[in-house]
Amino acid sequence: MTPVERRDLRVGLLFISPWIMGFGAFMLYPLGASLYYSLCDYSVLSTPVFTGLHNYTTLARDDVFLQALSNTLIYGAMALPVTMVLSLALALLLHAPFPGRGVFRTVFFLPSLVPLVAMAILWKWLLNVDHGLINHFLGWFEIPPVDWLGSVRWSKVSMVLPAAWGIGGAMVIYLASLQDVPVHLYEAAKLDGASYWRQFWHVTLPVISPVIYFNLIMTIIGLLQVFVVPYIMTEGGPSRSTLFYVQYLYDTAFRYLRMGYACAMAWILFVIILGLTLLATWATAKRIYYMAEE
Amino acid sequence: MTTRGPRPINSGAVWRGIALVLLSVVFGAPFAWTVSTSLKELSETIRPTPEWIPRTTIYSAVVDGRKIANAEVSWSTPSQIAPLGASLPRGLEVAWVRPRGSSTAFRPVPKSAVQPEGRAIHFRWRNYAEAVSKIPFWLYARNTLWLCALCVIGVTTSSAIVAYGFSRIQWPGRDIVFLIVLATMMIPFPVTMVPLYSLFKQLGLIGTMAPLWLPAFFGNAFFIFLLRQFFRSIPQDLTDAARIDGCRELRIFWSVICPLSTSALTVVAIFQFIETWNDFLGPFIYLMDQKQFTLALGLQFFQSQHGGTDWHQLMAASTLVATPVIVLFFLAQKTFIEGISMTGMKS
Repeated sequence: MTPVERRDLRVGLLFISPWIMGFGAFMLYPLGASLYYSLCDYSVLSTPVFTGLHNYTTLARDDVFLQALSNTLIYGAMALPVTMVLSLALALLLHAPFPGRGVFRTVFFLPSLVPLVAMAILWKWLLNVDHGLINHFLGWFEIPPVDWLGSVRWSKVSMVLPAAWGIGGAMVIYLASLQDVPVHLYEAAKLDGASYWRQFWHVTLPVISPVIYFNLIMTIIGLLQVFVVPYIMTEGGPSRSTLFYVQYLYDTAFRYLRMGYACAMAWILFVIILGLTLLATWATAKRIYYMAEE
Repeated sequence: MTTRGPRPINSGAVWRGIALVLLSVVFGAPFAWTVSTSLKELSETIRPTPEWIPRTTIYSAVVDGRKIANAEVSWSTPSQIAPLGASLPRGLEVAWVRPRGSSTAFRPVPKSAVQPEGRAIHFRWRNYAEAVSKIPFWLYARNTLWLCALCVIGVTTSSAIVAYGFSRIQWPGRDIVFLIVLATMMIPFPVTMVPLYSLFKQLGLIGTMAPLWLPAFFGNAFFIFLLRQFFRSIPQDLTDAARIDGCRELRIFWSVICPLSTSALTVVAIFQFIETWNDFLGPFIYLMDQKQFTLALGLQFFQSQHGGTDWHQLMAASTLVATPVIVLFFLAQKTFIEGISMTGMKS
């Protein structure tokens, strides 16, 4: 190593030293500790006692855990297509310039800024069985009131609605990527007589495919960790139908003080997220098109 | 380069207009309903047919043989009542009345003495005052602002310094270490949640705000990424010139790079402010003492206490908590949208 390189290494490490310290204290240590605790009987009040894979084998037989897991996967499977399609559809509607575009963009984006607690309270009121706006609206079409938050049948659907309302961030990311689609591609497609849908399918979609992939991964990660909105709207009820993974994890750790058990749950969640991310990567790999940098 | 999407034929534009109007009504309605509810009387929030514009029923009442033309009526016993005595009508259903707008005590009258006279538009602004006094709103607002200030200052300075080390200095192994920074973004919070809690417990920091702002001073992976992208776009000549003049790196960072990056630094500051302002899980885990609560936590506490009853005040409180973030958005709309657009660059 030349003296200049050595100097650069020293200065470089000095600049990133805050991150190195934070990474060690708030990431590397907790990761290791969490993996170790997951193999222990541990309440935060006592020292951990090593029990091997006991937590993991117990989880496999824990009905509440299995219910929380299946609730979360069902919720994710419902919310993922809705949020993915809605955010892209809104971006496509807003893409071409027209008068008042900024106003519409603001209306669609603002919900994503509302604090989750306020969002949960507001949807609890909108979905109120007797006086909620949504049941009043259904009443115009002679549809009898739906017990959104009080029935097992509708409670999970009720959780998808706030998620769909808050897709503004993904929409703005799509809007930015649509601006980057080179106009000459559309012109070439038009010369070939391609219709709007064919242009969308053969030009727009391939060019923005990396962004779709990015939003897909981020949405999966976010949906699997849903906590605040269902916790405030229903606290997991009725009959645990909206008890989601992270809420059960939180309760296990901080209500029942079973920290080791909670860590085992956290690692299983991590593996599920990793697995789904890899699955999404594999499934989309051949369909993602990376434009050459100009 | 100006770009245009595929231009649909004219009927397409019409359909797009219809779709946009319908969707914006759907997305806007929850906001309008919240504000509308927040200005209603409680009895108005549970009317069988809802109204968008808050109204009230005007009542006349006969008290001690005198007619009050515009009375405020409470059907249940209110907190401010006149001294009871012989005036309480016995054996009858009672309503409590006082002249509207007065702050005198309510007087009991038989229900038959109260007559509805009609309906009028009435915004009950007092809901806001009542919501603010039911939770220690200003204390929570001060806590939240203080926490936001610490997090914003901490995360902006530390992330900028670290991003400089990842973009403007060439050192062996840099890009591999940066991949680790990116990888940390994939780790779900629940995985580190429990050990972080026990770490802060050993440090005696549970029940203080420190666990919420301390990590901000060690950089945030996402913001390091954003700032690194921005710093890389600054021409190398500018810093080379400064280096030839004998400037130290820290000086170059401070007097060349930072002034050129105010827009990116603003994006980071705004994002962090909103994240801290809206955060629920962090305060929920670490704060014990009600005097230290943030607004998000206080709002949850308020709703669990009054769950499903005082909708008018809950909506007023929710509006108050959400408003600063929305105002901030309108003040910095352009910076904001550009910042989120930068997010997608990662792919």
